[in-house]
Amino acid sequence: MSPGRTARTVPTARPAEGGPLLAVRGLRVLIGGRHILHGVDLDVAAQGVTALLGRNGAGKTTTVRGVLGLVPRTGSVLLDGEETVGLATHTLVRRGIGYAPEDRGVFAGLTVAENLRLAERGDGEPDYALVHELFPELLTRARQAAGTLSGGQQQMVAIGRTLLNGNRLIIADEPTKGLAPKVVTEVTSVLERAAEAVPVLLVEQNLAMVRRLATHCAVLADGRTAHQGPAAALLGDPEATRRLLGVGRAPSPAIPPTTADDAAGAGRSDRTEADL
Amino acid sequence: MDTVVLLTLTGLGLGALYFLVASGLSLIFGLMDVLNFAHGALLSVGAYATWWAASGHLPGAGSGGLGFVLAVLFGVVVGTLAAIVLELVVVRPLYTRPREQVLATVGVSLAVPALLSGIWGTDPLTFPGPEALKSTVGVLGASVPANRLVLIAAAVLVWAGLKLFLDRTRHGLVVRAGVEDRAMVTALGIDVRKAFTLVFAIGGAAAALGGALGGLYFGSVDPGQGTSLLIFAFVVVVTGGMGSVTGAAVASVVIGLVQQFANYYTTAGLGDLAVVVLLAALLLVRPRGLTGRLA
Repeated sequence: MSPGRTARTVPTARPAEGGPLLAVRGLRVLIGGRHILHGVDLDVAAQGVTALLGRNGAGKTTTVRGVLGLVPRTGSVLLDGEETVGLATHTLVRRGIGYAPEDRGVFAGLTVAENLRLAERGDGEPDYALVHELFPELLTRARQAAGTLSGGQQQMVAIGRTLLNGNRLIIADEPTKGLAPKVVTEVTSVLERAAEAVPVLLVEQNLAMVRRLATHCAVLADGRTAHQGPAAALLGDPEATRRLLGVGRAPSPAIPPTTADDAAGAGRSDRTEADL
Repeated sequence: MDTVVLLTLTGLGLGALYFLVASGLSLIFGLMDVLNFAHGALLSVGAYATWWAASGHLPGAGSGGLGFVLAVLFGVVVGTLAAIVLELVVVRPLYTRPREQVLATVGVSLAVPALLSGIWGTDPLTFPGPEALKSTVGVLGASVPANRLVLIAAAVLVWAGLKLFLDRTRHGLVVRAGVEDRAMVTALGIDVRKAFTLVFAIGGAAAALGGALGGLYFGSVDPGQGTSLLIFAFVVVVTGGMGSVTGAAVASVVIGLVQQFANYYTTAGLGDLAVVVLLAALLLVRPRGLTGRLA
């Protein structure tokens, strides 16, 4: 059974009240004459964390970049029912999206304070109190060049920028990639807290983190949606987890992040960076 | 001793002229990845507009005193407007097609001098200016042309103004961030294209000022001046590192001094060659230039 055909037969997850916050339909991305995405369908629930999963190269990051208009795309992306395909990235983002990209997107030559200041939008008071409460280090290192920070601290800058504006949606692309276990726990806690107020679209390879945070999930395979549904249904089914995510053996949902690497670290080989 | 002082100050004056052209060129390349071959044309536009105003065509402007200041201001304004039009009409529609964009700016760099010679002829036109700036000033025993000192002062002011703009203003912050990662700036909700127009305007203003003061330096204006200065400005930009204003300042000083000293102590013309050799040597040792990122 090819993943392309399953996409149409799997019912889409919808939160109990109202539709999804973000509804992606038939998203196609063509780069250099080659289709990277062949028609991705994705609902981001209006509450909680929607995890976007899939093996390396499945198109997770391209989906996020396509949603944001950072790569040329066709299809439909509805934010609260309004079509956003055709909008410039900066216009779309100003409608209330905070984006922490895969490579963190931190400006190395700028200070921490300047990195945060760039995320200000001039409409409403930026919530520095929240950012500095969650990441006190960003205050003590305000005048330090972001390029001299550790990977974990740079990720704090990236997530801090998404929390400054009272956004409607936070998109975090592999926020724990390359981070030390202690920092992974810290980032997970912050996202957990953020998700209480704002829906989060989380691209993540760390299954332990996904188990802890995700309420909904979507799985991509070869540039198509292979599965969508409540997180518990997928992650609680070892056979489906193995088939869709290629994880050898399904760990129990209660495993804490720091010890789950052997079971949940499918496709992760970059957790070597010393942090903090 | 007085020869060394004279060569140093005239070399710095030449470097100042290079900096006025190269600072904008460097920011434009750093932020937009645009090799603006039309930047020399902006200098020519500024030079001719100043010449036109100072020759008595603009009411209130003239060749002396405040009238000359007004003429230079007029030249800078015209050059700035020309740069904005250039960005909006020629460069902006071609951001997704870099090759066509380079060709379009090369086209403008050929068309503007042709247009200027069509209207005012190909011969150099005597550049009117205050008598005080045509004389010399005694510095440590050397008689230095006053216009060299004016150029140095203007370049220092432009450099300080650019540093203040880049370090202290929101728009400057956006430009510095855009030089690093343009896509991420848009992903934070900022319309980076507004910064493009702004940087073109600033670059055009600096180049036009270079054209106006270059008229004093050379004593005349001719249609090809901008293009010949552009070559050395490119050497400065590559030497200083793309997108770095301070790098451009340091490189301008070095290039100006090397050229002036080499032209005096060896054969005239060898200085121009020495500059290119210097560039090649630097790129072998430091491919990123003195400060900036890889081109």
